[in-house]
Amino acid sequence: MTPVIAVRNLVKVYHMGDVDVHALRGVSLEVNPGEFVAIMGASGSGKSTFMNIVGCLDRPTSGQYFLDGVDVSDMDRDERARIRNRKIGFIFQGFNLLSRTTALENVSLPMMYNRIPAKEMKKRALEALKAVGLESREDHRPNQLSGGQQQRVAIARALVNTPALILADEPTGNLDSRTSIEVMGIFQRLNREGRTIVLITHESDIARYTGRVVRFKDGHVVHDERIEQPHDAAAELLALPTEESPVLASAPAAS
Amino acid sequence: MSLWRILKVALSAMNRNKMRASLTMLGIIIGVAAVIAMVAIGQGANASIQAQIATMGTNVMMIFPGSSRTGGVMGGMGSASNITVDDIEAIAKQCSAVAGITPTFRSQVQVVSGNQNWNTSIQGVSHTYPIIREWSPEEGAFFTEQDVRSATKVCVLGKTVAENLFGEGMTVIGETIRVRNLPFRIIGVLPRKGSSAMGQDQDDVILAPYTTVQKKFSGNSNRVGMIMASATSPAAIQEAQDQISAVLRTRHKLGEREEDDFTIRLQSDISQMAAASSGIMTALLGSVAGVSLLVGGIGIMNIMLVSVTERIREIGIRMAIGARGRDILAQFLVEAVVVSLIGGLIGIGVGVGAAKVVSQTAGWPTMISQSSAVLGVLFSAFVGIFFGFYPAFKASRLDPIDALRYE
Repeated sequence: MTPVIAVRNLVKVYHMGDVDVHALRGVSLEVNPGEFVAIMGASGSGKSTFMNIVGCLDRPTSGQYFLDGVDVSDMDRDERARIRNRKIGFIFQGFNLLSRTTALENVSLPMMYNRIPAKEMKKRALEALKAVGLESREDHRPNQLSGGQQQRVAIARALVNTPALILADEPTGNLDSRTSIEVMGIFQRLNREGRTIVLITHESDIARYTGRVVRFKDGHVVHDERIEQPHDAAAELLALPTEESPVLASAPAAS
Repeated sequence: MSLWRILKVALSAMNRNKMRASLTMLGIIIGVAAVIAMVAIGQGANASIQAQIATMGTNVMMIFPGSSRTGGVMGGMGSASNITVDDIEAIAKQCSAVAGITPTFRSQVQVVSGNQNWNTSIQGVSHTYPIIREWSPEEGAFFTEQDVRSATKVCVLGKTVAENLFGEGMTVIGETIRVRNLPFRIIGVLPRKGSSAMGQDQDDVILAPYTTVQKKFSGNSNRVGMIMASATSPAAIQEAQDQISAVLRTRHKLGEREEDDFTIRLQSDISQMAAASSGIMTALLGSVAGVSLLVGGIGIMNIMLVSVTERIREIGIRMAIGARGRDILAQFLVEAVVVSLIGGLIGIGVGVGAAKVVSQTAGWPTMISQSSAVLGVLFSAFVGIFFGFYPAFKASRLDPIDALRYE
């Protein structure tokens, strides 16, 4: 089985004037298909740098990075843009939706850079919105949606090009605890459906829902542990004494 | 992204900032409108000058005698008076490409009819004058070759003279006027020709057989001043010129090496000269207007730079999900071109309107050519590309990580 992510001796050095900042000091890691991994670490631990390189937004100073079996370490800007478009679905802390643009158009955006015909584009965008429980909100703009709904639009956008890897950077950072559990429930469901998800977080509460926790410190991986019994977000949500979530009601029962 | 999708993105971006887009457009509108209107005025002026020159007759050429030389002192052109009436008759007989030729004897005279009198010039010309100047009497007839040969005292009046001596709309054919106390019978009246390119009233003239004028008013001199001739067709002008030149050289017994002792001026030379000067004027007006188009272009660049800065986050998002540099470049470039093209099209409308208003209120002739409209569209598209490129390029070179982090 080809690992989705395989990094070897990843080093990243930033030159800040006369000072060299070593953000990553030789990181090696593999993530296999179907895994749900949380990357944890304090700020300055190198986890954001790692995420930028894994997300093909940046290049390592040295070391190798194979994404879905392809060496992407030395790709130029345009090639990396193409890889981001086809292989990676991004989810950000601040949602990063285009304002004044409807949910449907936001979800369609990655397909616009992938030369998908208009008809299929709309079909796939609607499917993705349905998968996150927002089928009735396709014409809503981000400012007409709640934070949780906006993040679900962003998740739908990350799904439409059926990427090999979903990369979520603090996806619950701007959400209240209940909505956070909702969003984690969606991730768990997507993961059960076979998606590979890498999630960056500094909250251990959030990391409990994943299947593996990798801790960064000072540019090194200091801890890599499988969680045998992850918390079940859907079940926890049902136990909360408030109204039921329409998203998770439609989700298949936990196995 | 396909061009159609880029266009839709550009239009929706403009839609979001209607006020800003229309103000940006205004710069282009004013620029293009100014260019269109100024060029229309310039070309209109050129056309009316050309039309005035054409009133002389289209195939006309003028022959001037050479300069005289008196003991080392050179006289001016035409001072030699070395072309005679006999030369003219020889040209008329021998040159097949010459449709008509006439000497002109001109004399300033006082004319009397009844109790009216008028000061004008009498011109002695040949019977082919109407052919040369494309100017035949509207009433009566022109004098014949017979009249010229026998030096009859008949005349044809220009409109101004006829009106001043007899009043408007009166029948004057058959009346007699006295020119320096000599009676002349009026046999025709010429239609109005208007002022010449030099601003002279071409209708303030009396035409009579040159033989008569030569005998009675020019001291019976055989020496002719200016000679007018015309070619049988515009294509035959060069041939006519060559033939006239050959005949005169033979008759003046000029050797191979000797220079012409006469000068032939073509109508087309004069109109080319006028076209050149009005072309300079048009270019001047157009370039002044072009400066305002340049300012409009800088306005586009300014707004596009603001727009790029405002949308850095959007650029970051688009790049993160797979937009390449060239996709971002295309997006902003198309936006700039759309603004300038729409502005250009509106500008053409405004320019045409302005030219019409100018021609109606100020009475200036204007001419709107299709080429200036096409040029306006192309130029505004060019302005959009030229001034939109730098902001778009700047946007396309942004780093996605920085752009996403930008607040």
